[in-house]
Amino acid sequence: MEPFKQFTGIVMSLDQVNVDTDQIIPKQFLKLLERTGFGQYLFHDWRFHPNGSPKADFPLNQPRYKGAKILLARANFGCGSSREHAAWALKDYGFRVLIAPSYADIFYSNCFKNGLLPITLNDVTVSQLFEEIAQQEGYSLNVNLENQRIRKPNDEKLHFEIDLFRKQCLLEGLDDISLTLWHEEKIRSHEQRLHPFQLVDVSR
Amino acid sequence: MPPRTLFEKIWNSHVVHEEPGRPSLIWVDRHLVHEVTSAQAFEGLRLAGRRVRRPDLTFATVDHDIPTTDRSIPIQDPIAKKQVEALARNCTDFGITFFDLKSPHQGIVHVIGPELGITLPGTTIVCGDSHTSTHGAFGSLALGIGTSEVEHVLATQCIWLEKPRSLEVRVDGAPSRGVTAKDIILSIIGHIGTAGGTGSVIEYRGDAITPLSMEERMTICNMTIEGGARAGLIAPDETTFRYIRGRRYAPKGEALESAEDYWRELRTDPDASFDRCIEMDAGKIAPQVTWGTNPAMVTDVTGEVPDPEDFEDLHMRKAAAHALKYMALKPGTPIQSIKLDRVFIGSCTNSRLSDLVAASRVVKGRKVAPDVRAMVVPGSQMIKYQAEKEGIDRIFTEAGFEWRESGCSMCLGMNPDILAPGERCASTSNRNFEGRQGRDGRTHLVSPIMAAAAATTGHFVDVREWDMAS
Repeated sequence: MEPFKQFTGIVMSLDQVNVDTDQIIPKQFLKLLERTGFGQYLFHDWRFHPNGSPKADFPLNQPRYKGAKILLARANFGCGSSREHAAWALKDYGFRVLIAPSYADIFYSNCFKNGLLPITLNDVTVSQLFEEIAQQEGYSLNVNLENQRIRKPNDEKLHFEIDLFRKQCLLEGLDDISLTLWHEEKIRSHEQRLHPFQLVDVSR
Repeated sequence: MPPRTLFEKIWNSHVVHEEPGRPSLIWVDRHLVHEVTSAQAFEGLRLAGRRVRRPDLTFATVDHDIPTTDRSIPIQDPIAKKQVEALARNCTDFGITFFDLKSPHQGIVHVIGPELGITLPGTTIVCGDSHTSTHGAFGSLALGIGTSEVEHVLATQCIWLEKPRSLEVRVDGAPSRGVTAKDIILSIIGHIGTAGGTGSVIEYRGDAITPLSMEERMTICNMTIEGGARAGLIAPDETTFRYIRGRRYAPKGEALESAEDYWRELRTDPDASFDRCIEMDAGKIAPQVTWGTNPAMVTDVTGEVPDPEDFEDLHMRKAAAHALKYMALKPGTPIQSIKLDRVFIGSCTNSRLSDLVAASRVVKGRKVAPDVRAMVVPGSQMIKYQAEKEGIDRIFTEAGFEWRESGCSMCLGMNPDILAPGERCASTSNRNFEGRQGRDGRTHLVSPIMAAAAATTGHFVDVREWDMAS
């Protein structure tokens, strides 16, 4: 996984609570066998009319958000289905950072596995960002994961909290599996202590 | 030892490695795999030259995008066909037990796990599907995971987890006749909201939970994820053990006795405490119908469509207005006057034999309303077989229902079973998100008996007053 560095990006606002993963990537696009290529389908049914033409009022289609790398949303973003395709689609489209007051658990975890940084800020701060974006076209934020800090266009700084372990994994682009295999001996010893019911006779 | 909750007992017995301030490495007893969220994981293993660590603890089937029509006809959708073939190849290459389209054990992954005795109390179960929470009905810690985690579990048989908080949902009192497990869980979600359980594992307790059958418990735990919780649990008891005995992959003989002795200890100690508690009175729960575009947007069948202006929270007000627009509903409309085009009885929430039996009792001797198209999709081939043996299928087909092959079907509409734009459906499934059952389709989540009654009348009815055959 590509390590996460600090960067500056345009922020796109999506002013809705409980955005579910069915909206982020509708089911008709879950049949691909690859991890890439989902960006074109991101928010498909909200973004395109049934005839395929773009809906002008949807943020992804607004010229002011062209090239946006940061998505600002409301509470419980990514609820519903566990489909990692939602994280793949956001990443493939070009988003690197999400900002919201809260996320659904499975989606939150999926983000980190794909180099997407989901930042949690409180409701008031998020509402303030929504207002500032509405007032300023091209509104950008500088995100620094190392220092856990966001810098606004007016130079004001916002601090965000993040689990240190997850932060380290993102910063270094660590592969989970190789990390886990460091604990091979412990896994093997646990495996040898299993209660018989935890095993399965697959010859049945 | 200090008093512990059921969750803590399962958690503690599965910790492989832990250190302060970090997620814990947790052993996985059962890994269930399906065609839609696994291809990229197997590809990842291949690229890294890794094997599946415990193919003996990994089980696969196809359910999400397969057709529910005649199985002798090849899959028509070329992309779905490729996905199904990829899973077959992956299972062969990595040595995983696979219940394919022709298997008598094929079915929705969360239906066949319990049915085959793969799901057992005191185990940890994962699957690349959020409704893995279903298996918590057995007192197993069952979690939905993403595809990267699927790959991780395939490679290591472990998962990194931050220890969730504990939430007790206590449901006491006796539900009225016609009020089902589905109504109880919808009512709970309506109460706590779709993010009410975020970061938590729920344990359902109370004298309205204990008498429930395993199938009813599965309905409750299945929809736990709709309340945002990581997992749902119900302590195993004699009902659980009776269900498990004799199942294909369940322990037998002395091994079963020793397992049951262990499982009997799997209950929350009397003095153990939860991080949070919620209490509900089952006696006050009416049959539920969702009116909006998430499962928490739900009300009593005797109620009406709410007015967004009545929501205090600004965001909820906006969301409700957005939902009503999508659902083409006006505030104040009585729920029972909403007219339906389609009825779907199926999904990992409500496609088990007892669901179909209950629905068939409502349907018996009646006909599907003239303008309604109604469909029953059994959760598995074993359920379909059993229902046909008992003549349940004929009750449905004589009434005008379509009787299908098993799969996820119109719960998420990845296969050809979808709503046309604008169609309104009473569905026994678990999600009423926009477009879930087909673009611009409108979903109302209900219990199987409500769906059955609605099929015959063309609108929702108060099933408490319904005359059911026995």
